[in-house]
Amino acid sequence: MGTESQYLQYLLTGLTSGSIYALIALALVVTFNITGIFNLAIGEFVTIGALTAVSLREIGCPNLPAYLLAVMLAGCTGALMERTTIHPARRASILTLIIITIGVSIALRGAALLIWRTHPYTLPPFVDAAPLHFLGAVIVPQSLFVLALAVTAVGLLFAFFDFTYTGKAVRAAMLNQTAARLVGINPNRLSLFAFTFSGIIAALAGIFITPITTATYDMGFMLGLKGFVAAILGGVTNATGAIVGGVLLGIIEAFAAGTLSSGLKDAIAMVVMIVVLLTRPAGILGSPKNGG
Amino acid sequence: MLAAIGTIVCLPLVVNNAYLLSILIVIGLYAIIAQGLGILMGFAGQVSFGQAAFYGLGAYTAAILATRYGWPPLLCLFVAPFVPTLAALVIGRPILRLREHYLVLATLGFGILVFALFKEFTGFTGGPSGLGGIPYLRIGSLVLDGDREYFYLVWTILGLTLLGMANLTNSPVGRVFRAIHTSERAAEAVGIDAAALKLQAFALSAFLAGLAGGLYSFWVTFISPAPFGFTTSVEFVLMVVVGGLGTLWGPVLGAAIIVGLDKLLQWAVPLVLPGAGGEFEIIFFGIIFVLIMLFRPKGILVPGTLRVLTGEAAGGKKCCA
Amino acid sequence: MLRVKGLTKGFGGLLAVNRVSFEVKQRQILALIGPNGAGKTTVFNLITGLLRPDEGEIYFRQHRLNRLKPFQIATLGIGRTFQNLELFTNLTVAENVMVGAYRLERAGFCRSLFRRPGTMREDLALYRRALELLEPLGLADKADAHAGDLPFGQQRLLEIARALAARPEILLLDEPAAGLNPAESRELARFLRSLVDKGQTLLLVEHDMETVMSLADEVVVLNFGTVIATGTPTEVQGNPAVIAAYLGEEEEAC
Repeated sequence: MGTESQYLQYLLTGLTSGSIYALIALALVVTFNITGIFNLAIGEFVTIGALTAVSLREIGCPNLPAYLLAVMLAGCTGALMERTTIHPARRASILTLIIITIGVSIALRGAALLIWRTHPYTLPPFVDAAPLHFLGAVIVPQSLFVLALAVTAVGLLFAFFDFTYTGKAVRAAMLNQTAARLVGINPNRLSLFAFTFSGIIAALAGIFITPITTATYDMGFMLGLKGFVAAILGGVTNATGAIVGGVLLGIIEAFAAGTLSSGLKDAIAMVVMIVVLLTRPAGILGSPKNGG
Repeated sequence: MLAAIGTIVCLPLVVNNAYLLSILIVIGLYAIIAQGLGILMGFAGQVSFGQAAFYGLGAYTAAILATRYGWPPLLCLFVAPFVPTLAALVIGRPILRLREHYLVLATLGFGILVFALFKEFTGFTGGPSGLGGIPYLRIGSLVLDGDREYFYLVWTILGLTLLGMANLTNSPVGRVFRAIHTSERAAEAVGIDAAALKLQAFALSAFLAGLAGGLYSFWVTFISPAPFGFTTSVEFVLMVVVGGLGTLWGPVLGAAIIVGLDKLLQWAVPLVLPGAGGEFEIIFFGIIFVLIMLFRPKGILVPGTLRVLTGEAAGGKKCCA
Repeated sequence: MLRVKGLTKGFGGLLAVNRVSFEVKQRQILALIGPNGAGKTTVFNLITGLLRPDEGEIYFRQHRLNRLKPFQIATLGIGRTFQNLELFTNLTVAENVMVGAYRLERAGFCRSLFRRPGTMREDLALYRRALELLEPLGLADKADAHAGDLPFGQQRLLEIARALAARPEILLLDEPAAGLNPAESRELARFLRSLVDKGQTLLLVEHDMETVMSLADEVVVLNFGTVIATGTPTEVQGNPAVIAAYLGEEEEAC
């Protein structure tokens, strides 16, 4: 493969993984802006979505219902997490909340290990088609679905925030909790919404990516962490930042893995995060007042 | 106080069970690390989810110097803590400027980064398959190859650590830290370089973790990246929090509780759920994390508890505490 | 001793401080006055390094303070109190003052890990020095009380004692009389005068006209971030622009 097509390959691979990071980052950013909490358990919802879909299909459920059910389950788990662990601790210190989300992620990961063991599982691609060739690079059709999902999710989210009453209420709460309370917006319901919503998005990401990368019980950890890197890279204060950060991270990672070493993929994401935190914690699109 | 020391000294003589003895050594090692983290968290008001990285850096430095370069083990033990300390000094200044969530993520990221490097640089560290053939510690003609001797070594060092920490908290610097805790602005207005002090606390925590790492290497004589990952870092934070933030004995108690809990689960779960594997322990561990944070987030010991218990009234130390 | 030239600071388009210049001479009491929101505390924050000026120069003796960090500025010999008290409420009264003396007796972090025989002695000396500082302010008998338990007026005095512990060459006081009753204010004024008689230099921000008129050698009047008058208290009192600025405030208050 010539260098240009190799770079193009990296770019395409990076866009695909970047879309997943972007989705997870989106879930994180929405949660953070509504509740002020970084949900360190977000990765596990990716796992739940993917592996539940796998299991449902194995017992004979057709694709679409399986995916819908898996997503709903993930959403419910998010709601359950919020009600049992976040809501009771809503007045606790940030450190306490962080440890709580870590505890939940550990418990969920253990449960995933228990149910699904360490096997890798797979889902069939949405469309049965051959890989596409494009200027010397190869892209599987599933990647296009991933990209489409990211774009659709963002579009829907913006529509929701800009055009629906609930969405505007959420935005108001994101900007000023006290004022929102005073006009009757219920922060508890918003918190519940945030965690349910982020669970749904993460699960979708998991389902869409599994045909490409397969699913294991511990896929969530690093994915969640990279979602964080993406969110920070783009700036945790707005959703656009999450998208930009995700895509950028995916591309950086793909290039670095291709030119340096694939074993260092995780390390590179960490380096990116540390560099951003140390130089411009607000991220690319964030305002310097936030962060740091 | 003397009773406690007496108990600890006599313990190995009474405890014949090798398994229990090794658990006590682990508690001792983790207590040293937790002490360092406790100074960082309770004293300097920061947090670190990456202490396992410093632990690992100390362990690997000691191991590599002893095996690849043939340095005498005792020298390795002395040198090893300085590598993580150096790392802390380098990344500390910019990292400690971060607040809360961002500090958590930065230290977490650092921990994972170092962990990934342990796995990646197989030439140096032996990668995931580990590094073996680490010699035993030798002090003069005494070879420390038994758990009993190692117990004394580790707990002596822990004792010295506790002494140092006590001195620190009761010193004028201790007073300065308490001031910084309340109003950093006012502290800076009287000329206190809060950033430098926090950095020193961070470096100290790295030093202690590295020291424990070196001790660990010469005890197990074979190390792999596994104990130096994210979960271990979280456990260290939990030890400090559970034991009681801002107390002297809190981290030691916390280490005992967490390690004890871990072993308890390993023993109890197969009884209650026969045939269950390690997964249930993980699940329960996570659930217990959450429960502790929900119901007793301030930990067990409260600052000043022990002073009350041992009868040291605050009165005698009024002026200089 | 302290020279401010063309100091300017804006916040998102609003100029809080606009080309402010003045000079504080040794053994002088200079008061910065002006209606609420005139930018007085902002000037303080600029001098002490909590904010960075957009334009202008700040000189303390021959040192340029513009880019220094707050603790560096404090180490040079500039002390300050805060408008909204920033006491170490978790420490005792005496300990507050002892911490205040930090720039004179910096204890080493590493050295503090070991119990040096001299530490006890040094600390005791520090304690006694703290008592000496608390005495003229009437706080010596409360030396071991929790700083947070003191009544408000005494907390204000404690903050001054803490700032004095560092033996500052110039002391910046941000509304020291705020919240004090007239008797307490007069006591405070007397105390501050006595400090200056002993060689201290003071820069005050104050709202209470009586205190200012009786205390200050020179007055700088700010309004909307700009200096509208400089001079002795009597000169400034008669200045029509000053009267208009304060009257304007009174009208608003009605």
